[in-house]
Amino acid sequence: MVKHAKPKTFYDTFERRGPGEKNTTYCPGCGHGNAHKLIAEVIAELGIQDRVIFCSPVGCSVFAYYYFDTGNVQCSHGRAPAVATGLSRARDNAIVISYQGDGDLAGIGMGAIMHAANRGEHMAVFFINNAIYGMTGGQMAPTTLIGQKTTTTPFGRSPGREGFPIRMCELINELQAPVYIERVSLGDAARIMRAKRAVKQALLNQVNKKGFSFVELLSPCPINWKMTPIEARKWLIDTMEPLFPVKVFRNIEEPPVKYEPPKVLSDAELVNHFAATTEIEIPVSPREVEDQYIKIAGFGGQGVMSAGVFLANCAIKEGFNATWLPSYGPEMRGGTANASVIISNNQIGTPLVSSPNVLIAMNAPSLDTFEETVVSSGLVIVNSSLVSRKLRREDVRAIYAPVTEIAKDVGLIAAASVVALTLYACISGAVQIETIKKVIPLSLKKKALVDVNLKAVEAAVEYYQKNIKEAYSYTSVK
Amino acid sequence: MAKQLIKGNEAVVYGALLGGATHFFGYPITPASEIAHAAAEYFVSTGRCFLQAEDEVNAINMLYGAASAGGRVMTASSGPGIALMSEGLSYLAGAELPAVVVDVQRAGPGLGNIWPEQADYNMVVKGGGHGNYRNIVLAPFSAQEMCDFAYRAFELAERYRMTVFILADAYIGQIMEAVEVPTKVHHSPRKEWALYADRESRHNLITSILMNTELLYHHNKKLQEKYAKVERELVEWEEYDTEDADFLFVAYGISARISLSVVRELRRLNQKAGLLRPKTLYPFPSARIAELSRQVRQIAVVELSNGQMAADVELAARRSVLKYNWMGGKVPSIQEVLELAKEDMKQTTTVRG
Ligand SMILES: Cc1ncc(C[n+]2csc(CCOP(=O)(O)OP(=O)(O)O)c2C)c(N)n1
Ligand code: SF4
Ligand SMILES: [Mg+2]
Repeated sequence: MVKHAKPKTFYDTFERRGPGEKNTTYCPGCGHGNAHKLIAEVIAELGIQDRVIFCSPVGCSVFAYYYFDTGNVQCSHGRAPAVATGLSRARDNAIVISYQGDGDLAGIGMGAIMHAANRGEHMAVFFINNAIYGMTGGQMAPTTLIGQKTTTTPFGRSPGREGFPIRMCELINELQAPVYIERVSLGDAARIMRAKRAVKQALLNQVNKKGFSFVELLSPCPINWKMTPIEARKWLIDTMEPLFPVKVFRNIEEPPVKYEPPKVLSDAELVNHFAATTEIEIPVSPREVEDQYIKIAGFGGQGVMSAGVFLANCAIKEGFNATWLPSYGPEMRGGTANASVIISNNQIGTPLVSSPNVLIAMNAPSLDTFEETVVSSGLVIVNSSLVSRKLRREDVRAIYAPVTEIAKDVGLIAAASVVALTLYACISGAVQIETIKKVIPLSLKKKALVDVNLKAVEAAVEYYQKNIKEAYSYTSVK
Repeated sequence: MAKQLIKGNEAVVYGALLGGATHFFGYPITPASEIAHAAAEYFVSTGRCFLQAEDEVNAINMLYGAASAGGRVMTASSGPGIALMSEGLSYLAGAELPAVVVDVQRAGPGLGNIWPEQADYNMVVKGGGHGNYRNIVLAPFSAQEMCDFAYRAFELAERYRMTVFILADAYIGQIMEAVEVPTKVHHSPRKEWALYADRESRHNLITSILMNTELLYHHNKKLQEKYAKVERELVEWEEYDTEDADFLFVAYGISARISLSVVRELRRLNQKAGLLRPKTLYPFPSARIAELSRQVRQIAVVELSNGQMAADVELAARRSVLKYNWMGGKVPSIQEVLELAKEDMKQTTTVRG
């Protein structure tokens, strides 16, 4: 082990700090210097320098990248564990280090560290607990001791006002995923040797893809503690260590979760993944159809939403433009669900249908809600199985058909909306019955369901021929 | 290639993955959650990374990390979540990392509600977070553009080393339309500045801190020069019936769809109406708007906000414009906009509250 020379993981001169710079930014007696050196030595010993990505926090160690000749990312205050998560999930081979102070980790970044630990992210966290906000001028940290004077607790930390110091190792030890948790001290040479073993264990765990490893280093900040370096070390040992016991909290041989790299699809597989489903033979018959502004409405379980999607699907398969929009926000009222569908030969402007020329009312509240919105001479298909009243309007074309009963007769009440759509298709000619029959198997996975729905289409066509055809045959097709 | 009926919120994920996206980090919020649902399914089933973050603050920092490592990263959220990401977005800009963020705007302020609005315009287009930075902002107005813009966004983000926003709204997220899905997969080239955990990239440093005013000044200047380049190279818009128009609508997203219907209606009534819809909100098609401003008698900006984009249109047109504003989740019908326009066309002055 190299004792007093600069570890080779450190830059020879700190060019990122300034040309030819050889000094660090740390105060004499600061624990950050010791901690950096331990980490640098271990990186060199493990031969992992090229693979290390070092995340520096906001705090006195914000400039860690001045010193470490490794990949470096400077993170926002408290977020190093999130940044490290992104890094380690992007680079399988990376040895990711999250190096953080107590304000950074246990204050602003409490959420980030707990969740990274809980996910068992592949990272080594080095947590510098100096019981103070060093960089910003000695304010209280979450780890500040009771009675300790800081610039924001000039009378000493009082538990009634500021609560109690937080012990991070103990908290993280409540989680299942971490593989290694240890608290060490930088109070004297023997302790520093022990700390180095901990640093090594945490980094070895990354080499071996074992998982989340957390090392808390009790660390002197003589400047803000207003002590000499020697007094500071003594205070650390005598006052901090009793509150923050130095020990191994956890060191698991077998990680609770085995790392498995994902199977990445090839380009061809990826394209295939998103390609249109099996093509079906639909004779695209480009016909001129009057723009269809359709509102299909009913109660929750009647499948009006998926019926709308289905209709739009049939339309685009025939080469029309089509849009579907669910009832959403301001349109959601009176316990009815509804979808807006537009079918057109032209580019469609707004997908919202506020003045439909086709209303399919599957239940009474839907008719009540939308009857007035239908344009003059529009088409209204009423599910007479559930709606007993007739339309109040006389300027629209009304069709009353017992669609729920027709669906029940073929054996599936839920097919009512398919019956209604089929009637609509027969009357308007906007989509062809053949298309409906071909799209049904594409939209439904279960063979049995496909069959019943096809039967529902047949039944609807039959009903149309017997009861409706005379009066309304393909009236809207030009 | 056959078209498929796809929802905007799903199309954006298709486009992203085919555009080379490698990582999605996000936190659920209506009306953007469907994007997370689709990403959870498709990023994982294609071997990419999806992770539900503990909150938006950390989600954007996960993007920061994965982008540092050369990944093609994205997230999706809505107003309250985007607001939480502000600090991270500023860091991304400072460190010049590429990222893609989808904002499916909802109604505010505060918790507001899940209905559509376009009131994140200022936050997203002007920057939102601290510092002198910009985001590239794409404004899709169809499910197809949700797919197309996501497909292109990563390349743009990397070309300029910027965050690219896809600024949608609840309706453009919800709409289902025929979408032609790209058939070629894009990939991120190796970037000389990124961290690959290897010897060649070991000396790379991702940071936004600079230690003297001279350095930070030059960094800021360099960013501004980059933004000027973006303004020269990237501005996109689309026009409908503007050749002879004397009444010009300007709108984006769902408002542009509505305006398009209104323009058609006005044309049927023999009124010379036209529409310009910005496809990029930053950079903004100011020059073209200035040109049209000299041609048309009146300009109306249709927006689901208190006139946030209208301010930019006024700046470009160098005159006051009509502000057809809807807020709080209210979305106008064709008829409502038509009535306003017909009324205003009778006026000789161009100013309206
Ligand atoms: C969002 C944000 N809030 C506040 C700050 C200011 N700030 C910088 S460092 C710091 C405290 C750092 O203390 P700690 O994490 O304990 O690190 P130390 O300097 O003690 O090593 C604070 C509050 C900041 N940079 N960013
Ligand atoms: S202020 Fe404290 S933590 Fe910061 S460098 Fe000085 S001694 Fe170290
Ligand atoms: Mg501290």
